[in-house]
Amino acid sequence: MFKCSYRIALQSILRKEINRFLRIWLQTLVPPVITVSLYFVIFGNLIGSRIGSMGGVDYMSFIVPGLIMMSVITNSYSNVASSFFSAKFQNNIEELLVAPVPNYIIIFGYVGGGMTRGLMVGFLVTCVSLLFIDLHIFNLGILILSVLCTSILFSLAGLLNALFAKTFDDISIIPSFVLTPLTYLGGVFYSISLLPPVWQVISHFNPVFYMINAFRYGFLGIADVNLSVAFSVIFAFIGILYILVSILLKKGVGIRT
Amino acid sequence: MYAIDLDNVKKVYKGGVEALKGLSLQVEEGDFYALLGPNGAGKSTIIGIIASLVNKSSGKIKVFGYDLDSQLESAKSQIGLVPQEFNFNQFEPPIQILVNQAGYYGINRKEALLRAEKYLKKLDLWDKRDQASRELSGGMKRRLMIARALMHEPRLLILDEPTAGVDIEVRRTMWGFLQELNSKGVTIILTTHYLEEAERLCRNIGIIDKGNLVENTSMKELLSRLDSETFILDVDPPLYLPSSERFKITQLDEVTLELELSKELSLNKVFEELTAQGIRVNSLRNKSNRLEELFVGLLKNEKVNV
Repeated sequence: MFKCSYRIALQSILRKEINRFLRIWLQTLVPPVITVSLYFVIFGNLIGSRIGSMGGVDYMSFIVPGLIMMSVITNSYSNVASSFFSAKFQNNIEELLVAPVPNYIIIFGYVGGGMTRGLMVGFLVTCVSLLFIDLHIFNLGILILSVLCTSILFSLAGLLNALFAKTFDDISIIPSFVLTPLTYLGGVFYSISLLPPVWQVISHFNPVFYMINAFRYGFLGIADVNLSVAFSVIFAFIGILYILVSILLKKGVGIRT
Repeated sequence: MYAIDLDNVKKVYKGGVEALKGLSLQVEEGDFYALLGPNGAGKSTIIGIIASLVNKSSGKIKVFGYDLDSQLESAKSQIGLVPQEFNFNQFEPPIQILVNQAGYYGINRKEALLRAEKYLKKLDLWDKRDQASRELSGGMKRRLMIARALMHEPRLLILDEPTAGVDIEVRRTMWGFLQELNSKGVTIILTTHYLEEAERLCRNIGIIDKGNLVENTSMKELLSRLDSETFILDVDPPLYLPSSERFKITQLDEVTLELELSKELSLNKVFEELTAQGIRVNSLRNKSNRLEELFVGLLKNEKVNV
């Protein structure tokens, strides 16, 4: 697929990225697991027992896929955004820019790093969820495809954010004001059938809604949206973000003078 | 073959600042070339453009015949860059920085580890290989950047003020290392504010000012343009001012004289006269670096011409 030298370059970026977040595992892997564990206890056990069922399954089973996906989204995104921006800030992105590494290898390397952290946190959260419920997998293929695509999509989004960012504030604004609302309103905690019709329509403009529903289908076999529509939306977003990031890297936006 | 060939390169920054005004410059393969100029002259912009860190506004650049626009990756493979600012990840240890950098150039891990050992030992950093880079001294950080630039064994090494803030002992060690590299065929382009460094190391020299190349010649030719040199003489007291029609001499204090000597007159003649007048010279030194005098003169002329 790649020239041998490109494969080595890709491995080098990946190794560097994975070493980075493993070196600071107390900041990167532990906090999201603790946060989601609290969600399981408070929303799943304490409040969930009073809610009863949602979408035909008990509330705890309903929110577990959403919470796993939420961890994957935020960790894939923040890993790439903070790592790439730090490299820009310290100027060590120049190590890559002076080397004969094509832009698509840089993208694959950083996205690979983001995916690894997102999936690792997702796996840890899944393990913790086993303390609260017996997880059943309805369709492993859909489950894997949806989580992989989601981590790719948000790693690309993190890279886009990092390219434009000029200060550390710029890489926390998007997660706080865009990503978190989209995730919470994407159906992690509820089925959109509970919403008034107008909000149901608005929810369909939220890309996170499609990802959570595809993933939930993989676990439970239930979804608020047709799966082919969900994956079309996800693939379209990946394509758009990849093209945008490629153009920005080629022009040197945020990285070259 | 030219190691670098810049043809009418222009760079206009946002806001209209013209950093390079159609600069053309060729550096021969195997040369040790000094690129000098005052702060803000455009030196770092040229280096940034050659290394693909700065986008040029127009013009053509070739590195060992590879066009930077159409053969970017081949051109990049020829260049090793030692930038002015520390730009490695300060949290990573030197060995990891070097192995990663080699990886970006497609060098496998086994070979990269061998090269890292070679260059870390050569630059006296082997004992610090696993220490976080932020804990290294300034001189060590500079040497680490040289080692990093050499990992892919480039044919052209560009050093942007490599000895800034480095003590004289380390500086001399680095000079020796760079001369050794050059003798093995590596073309070196050096920018520095230490003109003694440029005079000692470089065969050819380019001086830029305000985005223009104001001089491009050999060091020998440039130094031969000096009409006179000024020396400081430390002499034995009691001192009285000697007189001569052949050279100009002034007294600085009780035991120091300043001697301005034209190129035609040898120092032997001066000493003969001074000895005849009963003056004993204990030591002698240049008032300023020869290149420094020329450099300041050239920039002054440039300002007058503007």
